[in-house]
Amino acid sequence: MSVLVFTENWDGNFKKLSFELVSYAAKVAEMTGTTATALSIGQVSDDELKKLGNYGAKKIISLKSDLLKNLDSQAYTAAIAEIAQNEGAKIIVLANNNMGKSIAPRLSVRLKAAIGSGTNKLPLSTDPFVVYRKVYSGNAFAHLKLNTEIKILTLMQNSFDPVETANEASIENREVSIDGAMVKTQVKDVQKQTGKLLLTDAEIVVSGGRGMKSPDNWGPLVELADLLGAATACSRPVSDEGWRPHEEHTGQTGKIVAPNLYIAVGISGATQHLAGVSASKYIVAINSDKDAPIFEAAQYGIVGDAAKILPQLVNAVKEVKAK
Amino acid sequence: MKILVCISNVPDTTTKVKFTDNNTKFDSTGVQWVINPWDELALTRALELKDNPASGVKGVTVAHVGPATSEPTIRKALAIGADDAIRVNFEPTEAYQVAAQLAEVIKNEPFDIILCGIESSDYNGSTVGSMLAEFLNAPSVSAVSGLNVENGEATITRDIDGGKETVSVPKPFVAIVQKGIAKEPRIAAMRGIMQARTKQIKVVEPVSVSPLTELIEFEPPKPRAKCIFVDAENPKQLIELLQNEAKVI
Repeated sequence: MSVLVFTENWDGNFKKLSFELVSYAAKVAEMTGTTATALSIGQVSDDELKKLGNYGAKKIISLKSDLLKNLDSQAYTAAIAEIAQNEGAKIIVLANNNMGKSIAPRLSVRLKAAIGSGTNKLPLSTDPFVVYRKVYSGNAFAHLKLNTEIKILTLMQNSFDPVETANEASIENREVSIDGAMVKTQVKDVQKQTGKLLLTDAEIVVSGGRGMKSPDNWGPLVELADLLGAATACSRPVSDEGWRPHEEHTGQTGKIVAPNLYIAVGISGATQHLAGVSASKYIVAINSDKDAPIFEAAQYGIVGDAAKILPQLVNAVKEVKAK
Repeated sequence: MKILVCISNVPDTTTKVKFTDNNTKFDSTGVQWVINPWDELALTRALELKDNPASGVKGVTVAHVGPATSEPTIRKALAIGADDAIRVNFEPTEAYQVAAQLAEVIKNEPFDIILCGIESSDYNGSTVGSMLAEFLNAPSVSAVSGLNVENGEATITRDIDGGKETVSVPKPFVAIVQKGIAKEPRIAAMRGIMQARTKQIKVVEPVSVSPLTELIEFEPPKPRAKCIFVDAENPKQLIELLQNEAKVI
């Protein structure tokens, strides 16, 4: 018995999401009277692996096989399933991100394990095992009972605070029975943005909509984001118009984000946009239309012209920082 | 080669979501049903590929797991340009059942490329495509934002954290697609709507699949606190509130 948590790495490093996952798994383990075991796939140093122990993993299993260098959904599923079975894991936790979404559902079928995907809370109860998850694109939540012996949970990013604990974890290097023929995905080319804060990782997001009026007006928005250590985002019309890159589109069909603070500038707040940002802890709206639906979702608002307000906000942040 | 596009029938994305029966059932009164937005993009891309003779794509079929009441949505897909459709006559309660039913369809009638949208706008599970691939023991590629087919050979672009990868997998495979796969969803033209009337929707009976999960209840989102307005003449106050009250900066 244990809770197995799969922690992806980024060029050999973990990030806040990894620690959120381990902390979450440790808490779920505590609720079910067991311990959390973290599973890392790829070339990760012992020093880096040890960090997972600081968030509550009692055991850390490291698979370093070259066959698992790139994400192949079948090979990763086979590897995680094998470890889960060896460990007698009854609960498997993954991130609800691109990686987790490509593996968790396959694991569900392979292990005949019910899945609670995209949860943002601890299980509501463990006997029966009930998870809480977003449905109807954030317009409702479901209490879903998982009726199988093994259960899979995928956790939304930035929905569970990492908790550091004093804990000594053991690290075990393992092999799994994967052969080359099993790996079907050939990676031909990789294009990576480097040095840029990822939208999904950002704790603060500053986002612009059509109310910005022109792509030339983004200067103060970007400056505000830089000052706040925030990522920049945009609404769908803005990315459709090519004012900003598609990677910045937040909303139902774009990126789903849940930062601590989402500042929506010149965004009216159509349901499709809110579907992508409603899990933000605080929403600030700046819009010239006082009846814009974004104000219903926002905790703080300013009715006014973005072009006038943004430079003043930039100055205000500079003043605060100077203190 | 043939492409199968799996489609889900969902409430229009602007629907006011309400529940009945003590919050255990979605209230479908007055709801407009549409093709799930990501599935619509998948269908659009499949048709674009079929339009290009160099792709080698000869046919596009749509598959849906649902009762007869979802046929108008299937007809829409046919009007947009799918050649034919398969409907599994079953009302699923969860993704696992949908994937299991689709897998049976494909075992009986193979396809080279199977496209699924990344999620449905109602259940938001992001699970059907990968589950289906596992049932079929076929490769799957998730977060697909680009798909090209030349002479039957597929090149896939998938999104990774902070970038993109170009990959290939042997056929048959399942591609789970998202934004970028097609620019704008294709809209049915009058000619397509006329033709759709005579296109075939094959109805197949379901296999028996027990659900793994059970819905206890739905919960409407908690109303947010009322917006606190800051005077446009004094935006500085906003920064103070964010710093001292919300403590997020």
